[in-house]
Amino acid sequence: MVKSFGFLLKALLGLGMAAICWGAFLYARPAQNFVGESSRIVFFHVPQAWVSTLAFFVAAWYSWRYLRTRRIEDDEAASAAARLGFLFCVLATVTGSIFARVMWNSYWNWDPRETSIVLLLLVYGAYLGLRGALEDPERRATLSAAYALVAVVTVPFLMFAVPRMYQSLHPDTVINARGKIEMSADIRIIFFSSMVAFMALSYWMWNLDRRVSRIVRERAA
Amino acid sequence: MNTPEVPLFRAAMAVVRRDLLAEWRTRIAVNALFLFAFAVLVLVGYAVGPTRLAPEDRPTVNAVLLWIVIFFSAMTGLSRVFVKEEEAGTASALRLAAPPPAILLGKYLVNILLLFAVMAFIVPLFLVLTSFEIKCPSLFIVLLVFGGLGLAGASTFTAALVSKAAAKGALFAVLSIPLLLPPLIAAVSGTQVAARETSFAAGLDFVRVLVAYDGVVTTAAFALFDAVWRE
Repeated sequence: MVKSFGFLLKALLGLGMAAICWGAFLYARPAQNFVGESSRIVFFHVPQAWVSTLAFFVAAWYSWRYLRTRRIEDDEAASAAARLGFLFCVLATVTGSIFARVMWNSYWNWDPRETSIVLLLLVYGAYLGLRGALEDPERRATLSAAYALVAVVTVPFLMFAVPRMYQSLHPDTVINARGKIEMSADIRIIFFSSMVAFMALSYWMWNLDRRVSRIVRERAA
Repeated sequence: MNTPEVPLFRAAMAVVRRDLLAEWRTRIAVNALFLFAFAVLVLVGYAVGPTRLAPEDRPTVNAVLLWIVIFFSAMTGLSRVFVKEEEAGTASALRLAAPPPAILLGKYLVNILLLFAVMAFIVPLFLVLTSFEIKCPSLFIVLLVFGGLGLAGASTFTAALVSKAAAKGALFAVLSIPLLLPPLIAAVSGTQVAARETSFAAGLDFVRVLVAYDGVVTTAAFALFDAVWRE
């Protein structure tokens, strides 16, 4: 029963993703003030960036829980989130860079948002590098949790403090500075469906990673 | 385990005295810091020199070069405070002798002393070798002080982390760069302002970022050090 329910959810996710791809390219119209068809990237790039940022906070949250409870499952959840976040961070960087080429005629401009995604990429890399250098599972869990928590308080200094000192070329965020969502209805429905689908996809991937970690741990014991 | 109650600051000062004495006997960290700094200064001074850059490019390029020299000098020496304890096998004795916050505070102060000493060596030489003119010296000095405090604070904490890991030297820079990128960007941008403008207020935003960063990174390090140190 539970198994077939899970299958139903996965089938729905697959169909939903297919529908979003169709809608992103064939249903939604290109947005104003964008070069050609380049605005369509919003349906994929923004959810990726959002997942990679969210995964960072999930990793920090489970790191904090690990330091409180010392349950190795919490460490596995944190590292699964970090691996997932790293993957989506790479995707968001590459898609954003392609968009920058089309829109601003250069792959990389050190726009504040480009700078912050690179910092996120570096943090994920450092976190995973630290894990790789530690053999003992408990020591690895404790030290990487401590690093994740220090990173989560220092990274916002770039994201929120330094970039706002400059003008950004990046298109408005979803909820813009005027506090409104300025998207036409066709774009809005595909965009928010895509956000939900990417969240569901990443949640599924996160759970798979945690299950693999558990199986590896139980077989080693 | 009952350790006698010693005030935090006195215990920290005991750690500082012990570390400075040990450092005076071996001079490993000091030699690494100063020789690296001097070698890089020679290279930068030769390559850039006082006349190679157009006057309008000097603030941009020299500010970055100065902080690169400071940052990588810090990366060569500041991990010693914890790495040497693990290498010499004295970490356990230290663990019994002083409470964790006193150890972190002591090591932090040692690193601040080391870094400020090497900065007092690097900065004047750099200014002379590249004829880098600072229009607002007060802003420049404030940026150096708070930038140095942030650099020492974050790298003392990552030193504690890498001292338990394999490949300590390579990992130290890898872990420190992401934590230090925000304050370094603020410090470099602020230094560029100090080289261009005479008013302190022009660079105040960068000073604010650095002060806030120093407070946050020090607080986080003290909150998490206990777990790291006991591992």
